[in-house]
Amino acid sequence: MKKKDLISITDYTREEYLRIMELAGEFEKNPNQNLLAGKVVASLFFEPSTRTRLSFESAINRLGGKIIGFADSDNLSVKKGETLHDTIRMVSSYADLIVIRHPLEGSARYAAEISPVPVLNAGDGANQHPTQTLLDMYSILKTQHTFDNLNIFIVGDLKYGRTVHSLLMAMSQFENPIFNFIAPDELQMPQEYKLYLREKGIRFFEHKEFTEIISEADIIYMTRVQKERFSDPIEYEKVRNVYILRNAMLNNTKPNLRILHPLPRVNEIHPDVDKNEKAYYFEQARNGVFTRQAIIAHTMNLK
Amino acid sequence: MIGLKCSLRVRYVIYNIKLKRMKKKLKVSAIRNGTVIDHIPAGNLFKVIAILGLDQVEGQITFGTNLDSGKLGRKAIIKASETYFEDDDINRIALIAPHAKLNIIKDYQVVEKKVVEIPETIRGIVKCFNPQCITNNEEITTFFQVVSKNPIALKCRYCEKITGSDQLTMK
Repeated sequence: MKKKDLISITDYTREEYLRIMELAGEFEKNPNQNLLAGKVVASLFFEPSTRTRLSFESAINRLGGKIIGFADSDNLSVKKGETLHDTIRMVSSYADLIVIRHPLEGSARYAAEISPVPVLNAGDGANQHPTQTLLDMYSILKTQHTFDNLNIFIVGDLKYGRTVHSLLMAMSQFENPIFNFIAPDELQMPQEYKLYLREKGIRFFEHKEFTEIISEADIIYMTRVQKERFSDPIEYEKVRNVYILRNAMLNNTKPNLRILHPLPRVNEIHPDVDKNEKAYYFEQARNGVFTRQAIIAHTMNLK
Repeated sequence: MIGLKCSLRVRYVIYNIKLKRMKKKLKVSAIRNGTVIDHIPAGNLFKVIAILGLDQVEGQITFGTNLDSGKLGRKAIIKASETYFEDDDINRIALIAPHAKLNIIKDYQVVEKKVVEIPETIRGIVKCFNPQCITNNEEITTFFQVVSKNPIALKCRYCEKITGSDQLTMK
């Protein structure tokens, strides 16, 4: 049987998205299932990412699997000059599944080509982070009970935000989504994604700042506006406070609205939002464990 | 005075005859059997030779470069004796010699003409423009999906970024 890697969000079909959602729901009800007993998972974090790593390791532990690996590349053969090729060749003979986080784009696809055991991409530079997208989708489904006819607002860094692009591609597989993009000039949604939406006949609107239009939102997906993305620091200073969501702004929003954020946040969601029942980002992070359990179970044909 | 005019006239006629002969003369000698690849941009001749592996073949290879061409300014031509190419192989040069024309020669006669076509996928040859791509950091053969042929746009199998015609560099 062909091994099922998950490298890019487009590796999965619409049916597979739905299957992962169903499995994640099962794991949420019953998180401790000994399906990975006797299996070894290599967790290879070539750059640190506490949240993603712990979420994966929690998922593996709840499935009864054993973990080998490293949390950053400081004490590694990589430091001695070993190629990714050789590291993967070696590790794939020690483990039944590889989870890889690597700063270079395309590294996970390359690892999957080399490895005889399945590979899950836990983030390859600015390229893809598909398990994040699936947990975002699970959070959307849990709070909206559907993927169809949703009005999704995406705010902040739409140019470089990999989670934003993957979410857009995945949600476009469902019925009648509407996207609203809120971003400064320098961080607008790239043309290729707008072209993709136009070709699929999906409606989208672009805004430079928050307006009363957020009253129509079902989901507000916030991202960080990072200073290093701006060529001109003055431009950053101009916009840094424009994309902050505050509790008062949520007064006239829909009751089913939920606010998502891939975390970590800096200042883009004011802490006064945290108490609002529409704030969902911490539950979203918790959903990551169930979603990753579902992805592992699907990849290893455990369910 | 008349004598001088005559002699100038004669010299002019002789010059023209010489010029015509020069033009007619083949710059690269004819082959009996094999393939002639014409209209290669002069600057890319050696890349074409490398891509087609002509430095490895047994047959005689002759080539000329920096030849005048109306279309290209300076062109190159390759004549490969007893050597023939599959379409998939020859299309590998499409990115660097998009106007190349092939003549298949049998017994000094052209028996078939071919043009190159940009293939659906490109393995090797091109560099991914993204410095953060794994293919630019480790010894990996690049692989692209051709998402547009005109203008050329290549999607990297690894980093998924699109290399456009203005960013195209060869490996």
